[in-house]
Amino acid sequence: MTVALVLPIGIPLFSAGLAMLFRNHLAVQRTVTVLALVTSAGSGVVLVLGTEGATLATAVGGWPDGLAIVLAADRLSALMVTVGATMALLATSFAIARGEDEHPLFHPGVAVLVAGVFAAFLTADLFNLFVAFEVMLMGSYLLLTLGGGRAQIRAGAVYVTVNLLASTVFLIGVGLTYAAVGTVHLGELAALPQRSPTAVIGVALVMVAAGVKASLVPVHGWLPRAYVHAGPAVTALFSGLLTKAGVVVLFRLHSVVLDGAVEVQPLWLVLAMLTMVIGVLGAVGRGDIRGILSFHMVSQVGYLILPLGIWTVAATTAGFVYLIQYVFVKGALFIAAGTVETLTGSGRLAELGGMLRTRPVVAMAFLFPALALAGLPPSSGFVGKFLLVLGAFDAGAWLAGAVAVVVSLFTLLSMVKIWNGVFWGQAAERVANEPAAGRLAVAVPAGGADDAADESGLSSPAPLRRGRLMALAGPALLVGAATIIAGIAGTWLVDLAGPAAESIHDPSTYLEAVLHP
Amino acid sequence: MTAALIVGILAAGGTYLILQRGLVRVSLGFVLLGHAATTLLLAAGGITTRDIPFVGEDGPDAAMADPLPQAFALTAIVISFAITAFLLTLAFRSRDVIGHDDVEDRDIPDDEERG
Repeated sequence: MTVALVLPIGIPLFSAGLAMLFRNHLAVQRTVTVLALVTSAGSGVVLVLGTEGATLATAVGGWPDGLAIVLAADRLSALMVTVGATMALLATSFAIARGEDEHPLFHPGVAVLVAGVFAAFLTADLFNLFVAFEVMLMGSYLLLTLGGGRAQIRAGAVYVTVNLLASTVFLIGVGLTYAAVGTVHLGELAALPQRSPTAVIGVALVMVAAGVKASLVPVHGWLPRAYVHAGPAVTALFSGLLTKAGVVVLFRLHSVVLDGAVEVQPLWLVLAMLTMVIGVLGAVGRGDIRGILSFHMVSQVGYLILPLGIWTVAATTAGFVYLIQYVFVKGALFIAAGTVETLTGSGRLAELGGMLRTRPVVAMAFLFPALALAGLPPSSGFVGKFLLVLGAFDAGAWLAGAVAVVVSLFTLLSMVKIWNGVFWGQAAERVANEPAAGRLAVAVPAGGADDAADESGLSSPAPLRRGRLMALAGPALLVGAATIIAGIAGTWLVDLAGPAAESIHDPSTYLEAVLHP
Repeated sequence: MTAALIVGILAAGGTYLILQRGLVRVSLGFVLLGHAATTLLLAAGGITTRDIPFVGEDGPDAAMADPLPQAFALTAIVISFAITAFLLTLAFRSRDVIGHDDVEDRDIPDDEERG
């Protein structure tokens, strides 16, 4: 069963190499990437099944304890691998549907990115975590700047330099930790503050770097500036994977190395509240769909790290329930936004409107994930947020719980803003004509298209080729349906996330497993 | 002490350079910062023991260098080399498309939306 620990890293890396070899054969690239992601998701499911109150660990290459590179999965890592691989699969299918993957480096980029993310989830060693982050970032640098246009280069310059600086800080943190205690193995760094307070400085630097990757306020500025300029499918992929790797690492380090130290809890609470509030205020002020959604990512990271400040099993379980469904919800929203952009050629609310009439399917693809993001019942977002707020109140964190509720209202407000701007009202010109649909549409005989446009607003756009619309919006519809089902059968999610929270709160089985794999 | 001074000077120079506007200068700044981090990694293993890091027939001796930081440093060098290459490519491409390699404050599409 421990081979399932290696597959999510090895197979995507191998597939990246294959996709490079076959860079002029799109069909081969697509097959290879999809197979690699399916294998990773399958391995993730195997890991989830094997981590009911246990931790799976393996020493890669069979080296003795202390020398080997250790990969380990508790329920949290296992869930994140499964969720990440499935979301990557949905984003890739969206990319295939809109032809975004036709650049020969798209598929290798995706494969390298997911390999890095899964390595970050599974590694049990600070230095390997650094390498995993770099692998992940290398793929993301490539995907972000794939368009090669003005905006991508601007965004790329900010994104690469900020993340590179964070990585350098990370590396310095690893060096200082090694200098202080002579090891960077997570198992041997357990409960560090009691043993070597100076080494905590090194780990704190690592956590600062992880905070940058997770885009916590006040180090969040890179995310909204960079994400909006990537291709729509790339944004969907990033939203599900990149910041979540930072969040999971923060949980792991707080649990294992800091041993859930109560001294830092107020700091986490303040960071979580700031992140929630500043992110959502930024979102309300934006005028384009992906801009709003990107700022919301910052805001939602605040919810994700809130359990670190509360630190009860109930709150952490709620946080993980929220995390699992949020990855899909955010990815689905970006897919819906990308579908709108693919058809109309614009994501600006001022240029859009009335899409509910022309493309009700796209409106539905946006609606259900949006309800889940705002946390309205009966969606899965409601289950997560309700339990999280309940956990905060139970632990006496009244202010944080109240902030979480108020921020939810603002989230709903900005979702309504998108709904009104894009889907409600009279059909805007772009929506009626769908100038960007291009090759997705059935070819209209010469003259036919002009006649249709003359009826100003009442005309419906040229029909798309059969199945094209479903291929684009399908992943988001699927997620929308799943959030409702998961929201009604919410206890199932809680059962799934429960062992993850227990392993984070009592890392003894995790430590035992990584020390003697 | 020597290692600390080297790290300090490299980090200071690197910090100065990454605060510049031109992407080429920023890249050079990251080269310096990367060297600072690498030197720090090497120093973390102790710089007084400098024998080759191989366990001989008699087992490890006292003067043997710690091999792990050397492996760390080597990995870090490879990674920073790759990213430096990427940054320079980005700067080059920026000159082609935008005409210069400055990182600007303004996020232009954002302004257009508000207008």
